[in-house]
Amino acid sequence: MNCGVMNYSDTSFAQSTTAPFLSLEAVRKTYPGVVALDGFSMEVRPGEVIGLVGENGAGKSTLMKILGGVTRPDSGSVTVDGVAHDGLTVEASIGSGIAFVHQELNLFENLDVAANIFFGREPLKAGPLRLVDRASLREMVAPLLKRVGANFSADTPVASLSLAQQQMVEIAKALSIKARLVILDEPTSSLPIAETEKLLDVIKGLRAEDISVIFISHRLHEVERVADRVVVLRDGMLAGTLPKSEINHDQMVKLMIGRMLKEREKAAEAGRAPGGVALSASAVRTTAYPDHPVDLEIRRGEILGLAGLVGSGRTELARVLFGIDERLGGSVALDGKALDVGSAADAVANGIFLVPEDRKLTGILLDLSIAQNISLPNLPAHARRLLVSTGAEIATAEKQKKDLGIKAPSVLTRTGTLSGGNQQKVVLAKWLAMNPKVMILDEPTRGIDIGAKAEIYGLMRALADAGVAVLMISSDMEEVIGVSDRIAVMHEGQISGILDRDDFSQENVLLLAVGKKPRLAHAAGGAQ
Amino acid sequence: MSKKDLGLLVLILVVGAVVAIINPRFLLPINLANTSNLIGLFGILSIGQAFVIITGGIELSVGSLVALLGTLFIDFIAVREMDWPLAFVLIIALGAVIGFVHGWLITRLKMQPFVVTLCGLLIYRGVARFYTADGTAGFAFGQNFPDLEFLTAGRSGGVPNSFIALIAIAIVMWVVLHRSVFGRYLYAIGKNEEAAKYSGIRTGRVVIAAYVICGVLTALSAIYFAMYTRSISPASHGQFYELYAIAAAVLGGFSLRGGEGSLIGVILGTVLLQELQNLVNLLGIPSSLNFAVMGGVILIGVLVDQQWGVFRARRRMLEATRRNVAGAPAE
Repeated sequence: MNCGVMNYSDTSFAQSTTAPFLSLEAVRKTYPGVVALDGFSMEVRPGEVIGLVGENGAGKSTLMKILGGVTRPDSGSVTVDGVAHDGLTVEASIGSGIAFVHQELNLFENLDVAANIFFGREPLKAGPLRLVDRASLREMVAPLLKRVGANFSADTPVASLSLAQQQMVEIAKALSIKARLVILDEPTSSLPIAETEKLLDVIKGLRAEDISVIFISHRLHEVERVADRVVVLRDGMLAGTLPKSEINHDQMVKLMIGRMLKEREKAAEAGRAPGGVALSASAVRTTAYPDHPVDLEIRRGEILGLAGLVGSGRTELARVLFGIDERLGGSVALDGKALDVGSAADAVANGIFLVPEDRKLTGILLDLSIAQNISLPNLPAHARRLLVSTGAEIATAEKQKKDLGIKAPSVLTRTGTLSGGNQQKVVLAKWLAMNPKVMILDEPTRGIDIGAKAEIYGLMRALADAGVAVLMISSDMEEVIGVSDRIAVMHEGQISGILDRDDFSQENVLLLAVGKKPRLAHAAGGAQ
Repeated sequence: MSKKDLGLLVLILVVGAVVAIINPRFLLPINLANTSNLIGLFGILSIGQAFVIITGGIELSVGSLVALLGTLFIDFIAVREMDWPLAFVLIIALGAVIGFVHGWLITRLKMQPFVVTLCGLLIYRGVARFYTADGTAGFAFGQNFPDLEFLTAGRSGGVPNSFIALIAIAIVMWVVLHRSVFGRYLYAIGKNEEAAKYSGIRTGRVVIAAYVICGVLTALSAIYFAMYTRSISPASHGQFYELYAIAAAVLGGFSLRGGEGSLIGVILGTVLLQELQNLVNLLGIPSSLNFAVMGGVILIGVLVDQQWGVFRARRRMLEATRRNVAGAPAE
């Protein structure tokens, strides 16, 4: 099963000779009609950072459920710390020091950091009242926060922490139960660049303390940077293991999907001269930074990437352009004509569409069918005398389902049952079924597997080629650089610079994102 | 008709059969006509409530509105001797205006529906009592409005005209709720108002329209109730009617979170409630237990429905995971 590529002597870790903390042997798990894991084996050594990658449905979740003790494998064995189990129970999993940090964090936002870390295990004062001993609680929390390199104190309310900081709280919680293996499930999928750096540092800190880490991520360049070994799952089987020296993006993708991807390169080839300005914002001010006016022009036929740290005002700008938030000042023009967008309905009427950041909350209605979601923004066109024509709805949806390759049993399927990638395609479909002039996409590929990502990049490029002005907000550096024709970077509510293709680099985007000057190829080029 | 509605219909028939066996008077034409008259009156009120509940809102002031608008209507025609069609139009318009104000406060000023309409409940009751100086509004001796009385309290071929009015309104509102663009918007907003807004729906206007519809139907039922009782003491007339309406909607499968329920459901809910009232009378149950019987049946009904729903959801989830796990590797 080890596929030959694994070679422990390659790794420079002293621990590589010690006994593994966790080892899975020929684990098999089936659900009615499906083999979720098929004879899967892997080992995790103390202090080793394993990058676990695979497409959605490859079996990662099942593997996590087995490690967390939520389900038992049908056959095979799980050995933790030298003790062999047929399957773990939740208690055995926690008891042997396996801790999870999930993509969706399980924190009480209304409580402070200390209360969250020791929730249910608070040190108590003597006496019948069982009062919490706040002083010793603080003493216990301080060293934990130091170990994860936190820059906030124990009495900070969790609600006021950034997402990365909240993840640090989760990791501190894991440390507090003396975790020996921390499993991070997609920890960076919603983190901006700078915060991701912090998290990767924390992972390195765990490794230094001999704590093992399983790092699950779709962001392969992060896996590349932090993993000592990469384990690739495909269709419930071990597709391969890459030692440190062989970890690179293309190798991982090849193992994950069994072929190389071309779509992104296609998205990037571009080069076509963009048309005139479609949407322009001048001196627009948003609620996030009321004193910082934004100027931005999006041209027909281009994909303009909008990068920046989370909280730099990108989403707020999108919300103002789409009419969800009130515009505090400045003006917006479409095709050179001033436009007053007072509501999303106004934006939609003018062909300005938004694929929002939070797909499940704002992108689609999970309880409605694919067809009902697609027709919703344009329902009067699917109606005769104000009565909805189901036939017209289905016809529109069928066309979009075919064009975009939405995988679903039928267009009458509830969108809530679809995978993330297919849900995102439904969001796109409802706008593509109309006539977009300006398409704003906020983190369009977050939490979507690599195959569907490539398809969405392809769609964005096709839109641009058809003359649509595309604005793509993204925190994924690879994506911003790989897909955009130009990159605008936001810093504290303002555009700190615009990069042309010649000046694309991670370094330049980062410099602009923190408000510094980029290094440009031509002295006169790019930045404002 | 959904499975839920079908279940409710079966329950109504079973309860009806049991009552008829114990007390055959249940099936007498006079009893059926009286019950269907009440179904008509409460049904119109409940449909209005249903339109608000579907958006995730609630309208608590309808009982007080029945009192206030009924008092005004009788005052207009009996005391001020206004032509009844004019009075009719005025009352309906007033219902619409009050609904609009509620909707406006809720959508534009972001007040909670519960708070707005609770205040309405108190205000309209107080105004009604003040308007008549806590007296009773009624018709003077020998006063007659033959056309109006025929339309509201009369019968056609033994069937109360109020019941016929309910059927007509129900058919129109069924089309509005289940077939029209507006109805789809209502469901979308009830399911997820944010997502509806992000799809370019003017959610504020749609929600206001729902409250206006509720106001109009409440005003209409207020006129029917006034003509049915013929005299109104504003301190007690229409009391708890908002709860009858909400109960009918809940029994009929509406979720107070919004986005769920059918028009047939709310009608069947009304029928079941009135059947229970009738049952209390016919089976010699002390009428003081009236509310207790109603509350008990609603509690059990919703409980059974929910457990059934949990069971179905679990089965659906199992199937979905099976499908997803099967479908995903092909992506």
